[in-house]
Amino acid sequence: MLTLNINGADHQVDVPDDMPLLWVLRDVLGMTGTKYGCGIAQCGACTVHLDGTAVRACVLPVSNIAQGQKIVTIEAVGKSDLGKKVQDAWLEHEVVQCGYCQSGQIMSAVALLTQHPDAGDAEIDAGMSGNVCRCCTYTRIRGAIKSVSQA
Amino acid sequence: MTKNVSAHAVSLSRRKLLQASGIAAGGLLLATALPFSRRSYAEQYVNKGPEDAPLDTPTALGAFLRIGHDGQVTLISPKIEMGQGVQTGFAMMVAEELNVTLDQVRVQEAPPDEKLYGDKLLGFQATGGSSSTRSNWQPLREAAAAARLMLIQAAANQWGVSPEECRAENGKVIGPGNRELVYGALVDAAAKLPVPENVPLKKPEDYKVIGQPLRRLDTPGKVNGSAKFTIDLQLPGMKIATVNACPVVGGTLVSVDDSRARAVPGVRDVVKLDNAVAVIGDHMWAALKGLKALEIQWDMGPNAGIDSAQIERALHAAFDREGAIAAEAGDINKAIAGASSKIEAEYEMPFLAHATLEPMTCVAQVREDACELWVGTQVPVMAQQAAAKAAGLPPEKVIVNNQLIGGGFGRRLEADFIAQAAAIAKHVDYPIKLVWTREEDTAHDLYRPHYIDRFSAGLDANGMPVGWSHTIVGASVMARFAPAAVPPNGLDADAVEVSNKPIYKLPNLKVRYVPEAPKAILNSWWRGVGPLHGAYVMESFIDELAYAAKQDPVDYRMKLLGDHPRAQAVLKLAAEKANWSQKLPTGHGRGVAVQEVFGSYLATVVEMQVDAQNGIHITRLICVADCGEVTNPTSVHSQLEGGTMFGLSAALYNEITIKDGHVEQSNFHDYRQLRMSDAPPVETHIIPSHEVPGGIGEAGTAMIAPALVNALYAATGKRIRRLPVARAGYHVA
Repeated sequence: MLTLNINGADHQVDVPDDMPLLWVLRDVLGMTGTKYGCGIAQCGACTVHLDGTAVRACVLPVSNIAQGQKIVTIEAVGKSDLGKKVQDAWLEHEVVQCGYCQSGQIMSAVALLTQHPDAGDAEIDAGMSGNVCRCCTYTRIRGAIKSVSQA
Repeated sequence: MTKNVSAHAVSLSRRKLLQASGIAAGGLLLATALPFSRRSYAEQYVNKGPEDAPLDTPTALGAFLRIGHDGQVTLISPKIEMGQGVQTGFAMMVAEELNVTLDQVRVQEAPPDEKLYGDKLLGFQATGGSSSTRSNWQPLREAAAAARLMLIQAAANQWGVSPEECRAENGKVIGPGNRELVYGALVDAAAKLPVPENVPLKKPEDYKVIGQPLRRLDTPGKVNGSAKFTIDLQLPGMKIATVNACPVVGGTLVSVDDSRARAVPGVRDVVKLDNAVAVIGDHMWAALKGLKALEIQWDMGPNAGIDSAQIERALHAAFDREGAIAAEAGDINKAIAGASSKIEAEYEMPFLAHATLEPMTCVAQVREDACELWVGTQVPVMAQQAAAKAAGLPPEKVIVNNQLIGGGFGRRLEADFIAQAAAIAKHVDYPIKLVWTREEDTAHDLYRPHYIDRFSAGLDANGMPVGWSHTIVGASVMARFAPAAVPPNGLDADAVEVSNKPIYKLPNLKVRYVPEAPKAILNSWWRGVGPLHGAYVMESFIDELAYAAKQDPVDYRMKLLGDHPRAQAVLKLAAEKANWSQKLPTGHGRGVAVQEVFGSYLATVVEMQVDAQNGIHITRLICVADCGEVTNPTSVHSQLEGGTMFGLSAALYNEITIKDGHVEQSNFHDYRQLRMSDAPPVETHIIPSHEVPGGIGEAGTAMIAPALVNALYAATGKRIRRLPVARAGYHVA
């Protein structure tokens, strides 16, 4: 039995040690905002925060998460001021098309802006290139991030 | 109102009329025994008794629109939302003519019903071909306008005044003395009225909703994780299935040792199909580990020895066959023989996977008496039929609950994974969610055909074309997808689109198509479809002619576009926005493409610098569209931006190859996609127009590859005739 602190609450889960966090979130806890896209940390759809840092949940075995480490997912990222700002910017800039990657994009953007509150193009390129958007909403993602970082 | 609808309306019984009008929601939501979920319009639709058939005729009004006693307007959308913004566009059309605000309109997915929801341009019920707005612009607005007139009439009757004294505004009818009745209070009376025969539609100058850059209805749930795609659905008792199909098309399962798989904690079942094995678990991790633990023996079948080189040889050999004539005018042989100069070129486009970010996924439950599907599909009727066949049930016993789609791009015009889900679900007594791995999704796609095109042209002394010969070789998607739509000579209208009706003045012309179905790989629709292929080759070759004639590529095209003023207008604006006439430094170049695609006119300009290491820096990317009347300009801009980059991603990087009969690519590390760091800014411009709407979802995608290779030529003097450009050693710097 493992205890995971997710979005501020402790969850007891009885899962195999090697089970990636992604499937614990989605198939055990029913938190489906975090998406599966590739399973090998190539697309970023599964991005969540572990102690504030963006991580790919599809390759993170739950046993590698230390007791007390805080996991934040798309379902709760809007509870922080920055998370809410980013979600609002996404709507304001009409970023979303199919929307499947956007949970991961937003989680990466919030982590980027936490580290670089005034992120410009170079930081955006570096911080966001792990997230694939097949609808290619990149122009608007960049615009939305800049509206927060350069406000 | 169309003649058919009004003619039908008069013959309807009162009960039928009430249902056909669709105004009173209570008249449609019939409480019959439902096998499963009791939650959607879809299953109620399937379980209708003959007497309670909600709609048995193609009346646009009843099929598309319902208003409840609470005033809630429900739009039954014949098109699925997969990011193109179509459902918001439809809701805007309804809001406009019904005089309600956009937030008063709720959208529900249409059930499978060819009669009601078949697309008049495509000829079947599907979301594709950039047809959605084009096909529904008229009937949806007419349905809403008819409903508005009936509500006004109902209020006028109640007040004993004439309808001319009343008006509809913001979900209410307002009469003399400013008395008001909300729509919800009028629906029962309105439903008893005949559907009006003449339904005038608003003029563009009176639009309050159409043409406004409004926010999409589906986006809030997509930024907070609450939106549910098929892959997110959870049903009571549901388990997760994942699958390995035989790596080679045409191969079959010989045997499987599943003892180790069944020992994986959480694995519940292993299901054998003719050409695949599925593992079902409590969660995806158990299913994945179980899948890895299987020891499968395949009979790889007749395609086991096929590779890309063989496929390409077969395509080249097909040029020797006569094929079908797609277009012919004048005397091509004489024209080319008498020309001042002659130019030839051969172009090639690779197989492409769709790589939707949500992999193929379908929730299915099969019982003896019925099957229920929850699946994002572009083809609900085909999904129903495919599942019925797999489950051994009649199609009317298959309920299809369509879902938000996490990327379609044509992939979900196929029902292979839906049939597979139903086949797996048939073996177990609980609902399953079939989730393909990315590897399965990449290697078991149905791919955009590999095309080879040969051109020869004769130019006169001024460098203008006097003869144009074009031969296309490639798989006929239509011959596999809808064989009945292909004439005996094999002429596939999709394969020759754009090519068979050049927008340029080409006096002597011959266009030939030779279908050649490759072994070991199935081909299907891919965003941009026919125009993606046609625009690439035509805009590449016309560019070569312009350079051969030592003329400016924009001027050259402009001279040949005299019959298409809308094409000239987009080209002119694109050239202006790109500062086309301004000279660029060495190593820089601009390329252009202009075409009519999907009923819209587009011009795209790429400006780039190419460095000494073959690194491409796209400095500007401009896309100008005249797509007729625009419902939501935000959606049009988004589709142009995203669609252009979607095409750019493929043109730069993508190629599916075959070795030993199987697809060599497997995931995003070896089938790479455009990322933020290589995504150029896309500038989009819409030319204001009141022409009938054109398609836009695929238009940008179709235009970018030729503009890209033309810019590369301008910058480097090297002409790329085979995509992707990465093959020639270029990369995004």
